Amino acid sequence: MSCVLELKNLGFVYGKGTPFEKRAVDDVSLTIEKGEFIGVIGHTGSGKSTLMQMLNGLIRPTEGQVILEGKDIWEEPKKIRSVRFKVGMVFQYPEYQLFEETVYKDIAFGAQNMGKEGEELDKAVTQAARFTDLKPELLQKSPFDLSGGEKRRAAIAGVIAMDPEVLVLDEPTAGLDPMGREVLLSQMVRYHKERQNTVLLVSHTMEDIARVADRIIVMNKGRLAMFENTKEVFRRSDELEQYGLKVPQITKIMQDLRQKGFDVPEGVLTVDEAFSVLVPLLKKEGKLW
Amino acid sequence: MVRDVAFGQYFPGKSLIHRLDPRAKILMFIAYIVIIFCTFNFAALGVTVAFTALYLILSRISPKFYFKSLKIIIFIVIFTSLLNLFYGTGDPLWQWGIFKITLNGISRAVFVSVRIICLILASSCLTFTTSPNELTDAIERLMKPLKVIHFPVHEIAMMMSLALRFVPTLLEETDKIMQAQKARGADMESGNLFKRVKALVPILIPLFVSAFRRAYDVATAMECRCYRGGAGRTRMKQIHLSKRDVVAFITLALVIGGVIVCNIFVTSVL
Amino acid sequence: MSFVSIRDVRFSYAQEGEQPVVNAVDGVSLDIEKGEFIAVIGHNGCGKSTLAKHLNAMLLPDSGSVVIDGDDTSVEENTYTIREKVGLVLQNPDNQLVASIVEEDVAFGPENLGVEPSEIRRRVDEALKAVDMYEYREHAPHKLSGGQKQRVAIAGILAIQPQCIVLDEPTAMLDPSGRQEVISTLLKLNREQKMTVVLITHYMDEAVLADRVVVMDSGKILIQGTPDEVFSQVELLKKHRLDVPQSAELAFRLTGCGLSLKSIPLTQADCVAMLEEAMR
Repeated sequence: MSCVLELKNLGFVYGKGTPFEKRAVDDVSLTIEKGEFIGVIGHTGSGKSTLMQMLNGLIRPTEGQVILEGKDIWEEPKKIRSVRFKVGMVFQYPEYQLFEETVYKDIAFGAQNMGKEGEELDKAVTQAARFTDLKPELLQKSPFDLSGGEKRRAAIAGVIAMDPEVLVLDEPTAGLDPMGREVLLSQMVRYHKERQNTVLLVSHTMEDIARVADRIIVMNKGRLAMFENTKEVFRRSDELEQYGLKVPQITKIMQDLRQKGFDVPEGVLTVDEAFSVLVPLLKKEGKLW
Repeated sequence: MVRDVAFGQYFPGKSLIHRLDPRAKILMFIAYIVIIFCTFNFAALGVTVAFTALYLILSRISPKFYFKSLKIIIFIVIFTSLLNLFYGTGDPLWQWGIFKITLNGISRAVFVSVRIICLILASSCLTFTTSPNELTDAIERLMKPLKVIHFPVHEIAMMMSLALRFVPTLLEETDKIMQAQKARGADMESGNLFKRVKALVPILIPLFVSAFRRAYDVATAMECRCYRGGAGRTRMKQIHLSKRDVVAFITLALVIGGVIVCNIFVTSVL
Repeated sequence: MSFVSIRDVRFSYAQEGEQPVVNAVDGVSLDIEKGEFIAVIGHNGCGKSTLAKHLNAMLLPDSGSVVIDGDDTSVEENTYTIREKVGLVLQNPDNQLVASIVEEDVAFGPENLGVEPSEIRRRVDEALKAVDMYEYREHAPHKLSGGQKQRVAIAGILAIQPQCIVLDEPTAMLDPSGRQEVISTLLKLNREQKMTVVLITHYMDEAVLADRVVVMDSGKILIQGTPDEVFSQVELLKKHRLDVPQSAELAFRLTGCGLSLKSIPLTQADCVAMLEEAMR
């Protein structure tokens, strides 16, 4: 594995030098390997959004460095746009950024800004549409005629079409119904698998994070509180609660059982996992067939 | 950032100025504009400056915010005073080519900048101490006589107050859309004029779409809360003229008198 | 007669003259008693929001009837009495606040009703205290958090003094702490003031708190009952791709392997107790 993104003592202060000065991010250092699926969690105001916007140079850090593929992204400030193509950023409620006449043109916007054209552009657009399951006949429609879920996926496709090395998704499932959440999440997992690139998923839904993330960044009051693998993070549920965060219900249930002296492992993350742990135990008691 | 602008903001408080009837404040503000342009010598100007200062102090709002509101117009002040500085008549005190500075030019420059500054300070004082709802309510009441000629007084006041409410929300939204388009590589900082105007399209279209969506939502929310136009509406915050307002009017009258006296009896330097 | 009585309501968004392709609400009958806390769940487009708008005469049924406290919504003169009795809170908190100061926003409803100024003041203070936002009465709405904004929106409805409050996905745009604030406010209103609450939501952990859960699908009521009754139908809910609490899902799968259970656990504590009993 190779390191794709490295943060060195990264910090950011809003309105530096004014009476409204406010520290958002404080001394964050970490490295992310190529191909990882990273979950990012933290209470509102924990600095996670600011941190994410520093990754692609939308916000310039007041301290420290963001090193992308071995190079400080602010080494040449004039070339910061090229960083935005390498670190694709999908904001919350991305459907509000749609503007073109057709879905196709909207998905193509970012890739076009990169200088892609002709066949290359067409390939990027159709591939992005495929990753987000947008049917070809939708591509010639106006983006404003799509359903809510389709709009969301079209907007995400617009970032995927830039073929970024790192894809940052800021609460991509916010406001969707359970089915929409499920569909979008599995699309992102499939995209990650096929493309083999790095994905950062910011979410408040711990069940989702538990299912998909390899490692989790936990932010609290602007600082990096934890950066561990998923099992380890959810094992430390007391600590998470101090940061105003919860663990998935199933993790908590299994933890309670363990505390009551049952022989179940720590850090159970999904119902599937809990099920396969409990079945042999219950069989031993003669409660199952 | 655009959002930090102090001008037009309201700071809740209980000062004497806060408690004046908003109608009185608006009428006085109009009178004040007239006075400020009817000061013809330094003595008259001095009277109005003193009057302005009195109000700013009585508003009990930190001078910091008044300075902040001046920051935006500082270029206008410098520009117009420079213009006046070089266009004076009389004997030049200093000359370089066609540029000459005269005593008359200096005093005109001072006059113009003091007038603009006073105007901004007074209007800041008005918006700092009067909530947008009070303002629009006052305007609605002051314009009431226009109803006779079927002028939509209530509707206009309602529009104004909704506009004031949604300005910060839309600014925030613009910011978000800009960030999102920048993340897709939109280039807003370079290129010729045509290119730059074109670069606004990805910002403006989503902004309009969102404004319409909001408008629809707001209308629904207003209907859910039994809104049906101005007829039969009451207001929680009653406004009525009190002794304070009378005192304020008298002070203003005295200032007007003072300005007139100064204009006539003090010999002008102009 | 029930406080709210919905009888075989059908509604479509088709324009007049057009033949309706699908009905957004397709033959729904539902009674709601005073003081009940009802959760309505279902996919986007299942007709739950459309149904919500029928409860305060924002929409009128194409056929069937909606009667609120004896008043039929389709009678035009009833519109405003109904909106006084049933308040509707919408999803996006930003778009419901119409004034630039919190207390002036809360006053908007009673002002529209022509209430006496001193009485408005009293109602506004009371409503803001009920949602725990009294200290913020002089703040500007755009500086509040999502949860705070939504609570102000609820206060704006409370100031009208309705008997029933309907909320259309009020927590969809909020973060977990904002959701928590809104839900505990609703529980408090229901328990302490006996307010009738109809909560439309995607979140199952909110739905389990209700007295009754109504599940909608394709404009129809799929099932309804107490949370226990509804969420024990794990198979049916899963078939319609609706969420169930993880505890219910686990228990359901274990019963599939022969575990016998009295009821399906909906909370963490119930689930732990059930497993403890089974393994002892």
